Amino acid sequence: MNWFRWSSLQQFYPAAGKLIPWFASLAVAFMSVGLYQGFFVAPTDFQQGESYRIIFVHVPAAWMSMFLYVIMAGWAAAGLGLNAKPSFMMAQAVAPTGAMFTFLALLTGSFWGKPTWGTWWVWDARLTSELILLFQYLGFILLHGSIDDLRRADRASALLALVGVVNVPVIYFSVQWWNTLHQGASVSVTAAPKMATTMLAAMGLMALGFWMYSLAVTLMRMRCLTLERERHAAWIRGLEES
Amino acid sequence: MQWNSFGEFLAMGGYGLYIWPSFGMTALCMAWEVAALRVRRTAALRSLSRPAAGEEKAS
Repeated sequence: MNWFRWSSLQQFYPAAGKLIPWFASLAVAFMSVGLYQGFFVAPTDFQQGESYRIIFVHVPAAWMSMFLYVIMAGWAAAGLGLNAKPSFMMAQAVAPTGAMFTFLALLTGSFWGKPTWGTWWVWDARLTSELILLFQYLGFILLHGSIDDLRRADRASALLALVGVVNVPVIYFSVQWWNTLHQGASVSVTAAPKMATTMLAAMGLMALGFWMYSLAVTLMRMRCLTLERERHAAWIRGLEES
Repeated sequence: MQWNSFGEFLAMGGYGLYIWPSFGMTALCMAWEVAALRVRRTAALRSLSRPAAGEEKAS
């Protein structure tokens, strides 16, 4: 088992290194086309004027904040279930990017709320649960950092991540469960989209770009974590400095 | 295209002050994250080639 764990990181490290430039290029490509589509093709909204264009960064960031939490919790669960260090490390690699997107979702939401609702912030269900998600990410990172024994840090923070996953459906359904100031879902699986196709395309492209960005950055962080945590392993010592 | 001039594009129908910080901060955060990871990688590689004595930590 021990041998397997070492060898899987050893294989993962160079494979991730090869994948990063591809994900990074795709991220740049999707975001470039998405921004063009969002600012030059998508029309002015008949209700909100130009202010709605914040949606092209707000909704993809909010989606990523939830997706990444679920992915992080999934790796945490795999780590606890299989007692596998690389899984714990993947959870660690996802967390800062998830926290960043949560922060951005809150910030861009604030910039959208001011002109449309007349306020930067309200304590309604959607905004509050998203703020709690930011604290969950920060708590996960801080808890891991505060425990010196990395094995215990891995297990404790993984448990915290797992417990916190209940907040994700709360965020998602908050606009249905409670009477919120936040508007309902713009896109859903069951209903027809409530947006023009050109707007939807811009949002979809930006979301794809954010996905590719997250993959690239997570793999970069996973490689850093590998270098830091496995530095006594023979194969790490044999790596060429580049 | 709905913009007749660059000034009109920047003004965003009066919402420029809300739209541009949203996109700007997103770009800034992403650029910062990538830069920070590059710095971290360089530091990790450097500490591999020059292992400091007594910096052992449970792994």
